[in-house]
Amino acid sequence: MIVELTVNGVPVTARVTNPGSLLDLLRDELGLPGSKNACEQGECGSCSVILDGELVCSCLVMAADAAGSSVTTVEGVSPDDGLHPVQEAMHHAGAVQCGFCTPGIVVAAVDLFARNAHPSSNEIKDALAGNICRCTGYGAIIRALEGVGATDEH
Amino acid sequence: MSTRTGRRVGVPRGVIRDSPLRPDGVPKLRGEFEYAQDLRAEGMLWAATVRSPHARARVVSIDLGPALAIGGVHACLTAADVPGRATFGLEHADQPVLAGDEVKFWGEPVAVVAAEDDDTARRAAAAVEVRYEELDARTDPEEADDRDEVFRRLSIRRGDQGLHGSVVVEGEYEVGMQDQAPLGTEAGLAIPDGQGGVDLYATSQYVHVDQEQVVASLGLRPDQVRAHPTGIGGAFGAREDVNLHIHLCMLALHTGRPVKMVYHRSESFTGHVHRHPAWLRYRHESDEDGRLVRVEARVMIDGGAYASTTSAVLANACYFAVGPYRSDSVAVDGVGARTNNPPCGAMRGFGAVQVCFAYEAQMDRLAAALEMDPLDLRELNALGTGDPMPTTGQVIETPLPTIEVIRSLQAMPLPEPATMAHHSELPGGSGLTTEPHHVRRGVGYALGLKNLGFSEGSDDYAQARVRLTPDGAVVETAAIEVGQGLVTVLAQIVRSALGISRVDVNHVDTSKIDSAGSTSASRQTQLSGGATLEASVKLRQRVLDRHEGEELDDDGVWKGDELVVSWSVLAEEDWEETVTFRHPPTTGPDENGQGVIHADFAVAGHRAVVDVDTELGLVKVVRVDTAQDVGLALNPQSVRGQIEGGILQGVGLAVMEELVMKDGVILNPTFTDYLLPTILDAPDVEALLIEREGSWGPFGAKGVGEPPTISSTAAVAAAIRAASGKELNRVPIRPQDIALE
Repeated sequence: MIVELTVNGVPVTARVTNPGSLLDLLRDELGLPGSKNACEQGECGSCSVILDGELVCSCLVMAADAAGSSVTTVEGVSPDDGLHPVQEAMHHAGAVQCGFCTPGIVVAAVDLFARNAHPSSNEIKDALAGNICRCTGYGAIIRALEGVGATDEH
Repeated sequence: MSTRTGRRVGVPRGVIRDSPLRPDGVPKLRGEFEYAQDLRAEGMLWAATVRSPHARARVVSIDLGPALAIGGVHACLTAADVPGRATFGLEHADQPVLAGDEVKFWGEPVAVVAAEDDDTARRAAAAVEVRYEELDARTDPEEADDRDEVFRRLSIRRGDQGLHGSVVVEGEYEVGMQDQAPLGTEAGLAIPDGQGGVDLYATSQYVHVDQEQVVASLGLRPDQVRAHPTGIGGAFGAREDVNLHIHLCMLALHTGRPVKMVYHRSESFTGHVHRHPAWLRYRHESDEDGRLVRVEARVMIDGGAYASTTSAVLANACYFAVGPYRSDSVAVDGVGARTNNPPCGAMRGFGAVQVCFAYEAQMDRLAAALEMDPLDLRELNALGTGDPMPTTGQVIETPLPTIEVIRSLQAMPLPEPATMAHHSELPGGSGLTTEPHHVRRGVGYALGLKNLGFSEGSDDYAQARVRLTPDGAVVETAAIEVGQGLVTVLAQIVRSALGISRVDVNHVDTSKIDSAGSTSASRQTQLSGGATLEASVKLRQRVLDRHEGEELDDDGVWKGDELVVSWSVLAEEDWEETVTFRHPPTTGPDENGQGVIHADFAVAGHRAVVDVDTELGLVKVVRVDTAQDVGLALNPQSVRGQIEGGILQGVGLAVMEELVMKDGVILNPTFTDYLLPTILDAPDVEALLIEREGSWGPFGAKGVGEPPTISSTAAVAAAIRAASGKELNRVPIRPQDIALE
């Protein structure tokens, strides 16, 4: 079937195969490979996107159900030439290793700061509890986001 | 000769001991970094794998007809279609590319298909009709030992075997099967070159060994197969062995089209090797003062159905069976069993993890029997530079600051008691199941010892090339960046050695450079870093000699205050230097397991603080502090990243991570059921880097990737014992082990 939706502010029309997920649609049909598939079960958060203002695992959303929705992916939170303050802080803190979880963590953190400009450490941890990182042990991610919360630049 | 006067700009930024930004950080953060999963090619087909549903069965027949009848299916290949060597393997080529008469583990590949898209390929794989005659799966490693079905036995005898101590502790220990669980699953793309050869882009830690195995099984000349380093979502040992590599190349050459394959998570759990489960029996004997007199150990690991690296993992487990302690008399007997369980092989720590859990429990028990402080006992027996390894007798020649590690841990402040104000502080977490008055705090210590680089006489080397270009310097290497930061540290080494600031690291394929060896054994900073340093030093000297200069920087060659050759002129002169770096030679073991087995060593220690709900058996790991022997921290931020990440994998093995097996079948091959530590499970970490000059690594650096994972598990287990009063002889420690035993 054909679905129309808005992705990163751009209206798009795409063919979806049943039972394709929103993640498949983004990666395979729309050429947006930033969202990653690592578990297919909504456990790891690597495919996190913002769907009509809600943080979701795009692997758990049927592509057809996204019709008419507005979706923001990691590609959409990054300025054309540069980094979002969340990305900047993660870069400087050494919060990126293999990087496979990174797009999902960026999206979840951007969603957090959109709702809460000065999250506590516990609020940061709660917000990222659905994102698995296998490389960093999370320490650098927490330090990075605590730094974002300490400024008003975002 | 161009001339200019002025001053050199001085030492560039981003040299060793700095922590410059990762060159791949921005694309990874923006979602633009290309991983193997993201690769595409014009006219590309998708592949899928038919896997055995049995741990052991005879393959009676395979009917490809129903699969080939599906529209869009281009190929179905079985064992009969393997053009060259029918088997592969890192140390022994004993694993079939595709199973022939018999399948020997659950999930073993039987056939592969290629089709127009992923869904069609998976439907076709499901449509292949394989008839099996199920056979008894032999999954008990002790019975395998009795039948002499083993990959390796190793016996170590050192010192007077008649020596005995007056204080004796004995114990039996068990370590469950852990998975590396890298976030990126296995993935790759093979592209036929139109002349009978193929280019392979696939998840790997070691492209040259992939290339050799593809060449052998496809029956091609070495120059017909090029394996390319590719973006990879973590490794931790899971990418050393071939899995989809030969399949992809077979399908690409068979169809004449590019072929891509990406494992789903459940396939990934069967498609790569795991950490060996282990069963360990120990006897420690000391004198009345606590000096270790004799250590006896029996080490059993289950290698599963095929060899992979079991013989090397077993050897490591045996060589490090005593840990970083002196003992005059040692007897270790190790067995690597062959069963119908999933093959096990490399995972961060490589045999040293399993024995550390056991010998550190033994050291705590010995301290209790002696009524000694556990750290005092460790310090009394600490192994250091100049001492012989308790197992192999090899004299340790590089710095081994075991005593500094112990004293550093002792000096680190302990955290305040938990306030329980936020649910993340409670062992039950947000479930709010924990009653605060059931919570007991425990503190535990453990030390671990690990070899660096390949051992037992292997010709371990890495080649790297440094070239000068108009844009600066370029390092060319086939070494794999798995996330650890090799791309950053190689550039730092060049900046320090050449004196210029603009440095890129280019990964090149197997046809362009000789091997860098595997990104494993904590070895790339030392080996590829060593090659890069030597190439840079030689190149700088040649440049200065040719131009009679004194200094080199981004502007060019200087003599005093005069710029004698500008960079642009220099870069036109086609400068390059290729170096193959080898670490000091090692030997295999003699009949008693003695020899100069290892190239270098690193020691680390961990102190874990846990809060345990003793009623429900729930654990909150509050802190894991560490002191680690790093030689010289070339990039302190990356070192800390390795330490924090490695500790959390150790925490995972201590309290949650296990592939649960039943009759050879993995019961939990998903991220829903294989529990990985989340940000709420992550302890705070304070890391103290102990720097001592003297290792052969570049600028004295040691590998840092594995030590964080070795003793962190044992420290957490010790802390839970302290909190609960339970013996806890098995990891991962489950709630029922604490609450019900």
